[in-house]
Amino acid sequence: MTTTATPAPPDGRSEAAPPVLRKTPARKRLVPYWLLLPGILWLIVFFAAPLVYQASTSIQTGSLEEGFKVTWHVATYWDALGEYWPQFIRSMGYAAVATVLCLVLGYPLAYLIAFKAGRWRNVVMILVIAPFFTSFLIRTLAWKTILADGGPVVGLLNSLHVLDVTSWLGVTEGHRVLATPLAVVCGLTYNFLPFMVLPLYTSLERIDPRLHEAAGDLYARPSTTFRRVTFPLSMPGVVAGTLLTFIPAAGDYINAELLGSTDQKMIGNVIQSQFLRVLDYPTAAALSFILMAAILAMVTFYIRKSGTEDLV
Amino acid sequence: MAVHETTNAPGTGAARTPNRGLRWLRRNIVAMAGLATLGYLILPNIVVMVFSFNKPNGRFNYQWQRFSTDAWSDPCGVADLCGSLGLSLQLALWATIGATVLGTMIAFALARYRFRARAGVNTLIFLPMAMPEVVMAASLATLFLNMGIQFGFWTILIAHIMFCLSFVVTAVKARVMSMDPRLEQAAQDLYASPVQTFLRVTLPIAAPGIAAGALLSFALSFDDFIITNFNAGSTVTFPMFVWGSAQRGTPVQINVIGTAMFLVAVLCVLAGQLAGNRRKRSKRS
Repeated sequence: MTTTATPAPPDGRSEAAPPVLRKTPARKRLVPYWLLLPGILWLIVFFAAPLVYQASTSIQTGSLEEGFKVTWHVATYWDALGEYWPQFIRSMGYAAVATVLCLVLGYPLAYLIAFKAGRWRNVVMILVIAPFFTSFLIRTLAWKTILADGGPVVGLLNSLHVLDVTSWLGVTEGHRVLATPLAVVCGLTYNFLPFMVLPLYTSLERIDPRLHEAAGDLYARPSTTFRRVTFPLSMPGVVAGTLLTFIPAAGDYINAELLGSTDQKMIGNVIQSQFLRVLDYPTAAALSFILMAAILAMVTFYIRKSGTEDLV
Repeated sequence: MAVHETTNAPGTGAARTPNRGLRWLRRNIVAMAGLATLGYLILPNIVVMVFSFNKPNGRFNYQWQRFSTDAWSDPCGVADLCGSLGLSLQLALWATIGATVLGTMIAFALARYRFRARAGVNTLIFLPMAMPEVVMAASLATLFLNMGIQFGFWTILIAHIMFCLSFVVTAVKARVMSMDPRLEQAAQDLYASPVQTFLRVTLPIAAPGIAAGALLSFALSFDDFIITNFNAGSTVTFPMFVWGSAQRGTPVQINVIGTAMFLVAVLCVLAGQLAGNRRKRSKRS
């Protein structure tokens, strides 16, 4: 390494032999650029450039047979939004509800691992990560079995009249769960829960347990300790977890496809079918651009608001 | 701040709730909620496992019929299933190697050197993680379409390396940043050459970060569906096979493979833990 700013060693040796590389030669100065080059080039060519291509595609018109040309047809955006705004709103709504549910469900689990699990900590940790190893599509299909119409879960919810309440609220229909918003949100919550639990755990684990003792010594109730000490200190985890949950959930189309019906289609479903089935590339490009812009705007606003810019 | 609530201090709280069960409940409610969440996370895995022993009547394996080990004795009995699994493993391996090498290089540059355009590089690393997959997938596919590149193994591999890179950079950078720079200085003071210093000191210390990044890449690549769906053409990876089978009929073998992967992974983690514990113990003695 060429760090020349090391403090002089106590012995006089360094006086006689000064660091060899006082002036960094050009070859050494280029080292970071050579290290960066292949990876950054990869990201520029296969991540950044495609986004530019996408932007140009969104203002093209034409057909598959004659080819597409850039005609600055900005109206594609208005048409796409005009036609698909319900899916757009629905995506944001489902993602928001799933994120809140993940936080509510994930926080006790992260808390359990960080403070209460003791020597079971590693076991619980493995159980949180383990589901990852079975393909998430297989696990999402398993929810089809769990929530099946004649299954025990639906039977239990029916006998407790929970489904009557949820039907009244409009999140289920009749006496079933599958093919309703509830099923899709349940799937989204399930799929992205580990992404909430892991950052929460990381930030909770860093909290000095003596702070809890200090709060107790100052006669704070457990709930007060949580509100005033634990939760504020876990904010970086909350912010990271909500972002890691919301962003993929908003663009997801797997849960809506497997667990929902045509009434639960999200914006991801529309982009997917426009691109892969309808082959209407301009509309697909415009929609994914709108989705990207919306999410980046929300993320930026959220990070500013929560004041943890150093997080990223 | 909360001093005025002295009546509720721990200790005196017991007198307020004489009911023992209630007190126990209050103390353990968080742990119970956590365990309930854990159950929610594990339940589908249990269902997948149980249904790998099912013998469904129709094409779909959603309803329990009767116990059978047919699928376990013939895991490759469905056309294209094991082929797609092999392809996925191969892709994941190459994507891991590519992303780990490129990502580790970037991470070292970011953690160790000053250079221009640092903020730009950081943004370029962060953006793929903050972007919905469907957006990346559609735009990359647009690029390939415009360039007239044939979709297949290579386009999938390119895409996988692209989205795994950022995760490797994040994992390795965190590790290298938290490393004590004096260790390297000490090595150099002991007349180690830069290459020796790197191989004997820097790399072993960075290794857990690199391993974490590589493992994450493998898992992300192996399990990726959305980006693969857009960039695969007619190539079928394992997740694509599962997706297709959700429309055509789900063979029990899918559950067998899901369960087997789950068990292998858990065993690997446990073995790693045991080995780690033993090493710790032998070091102590």
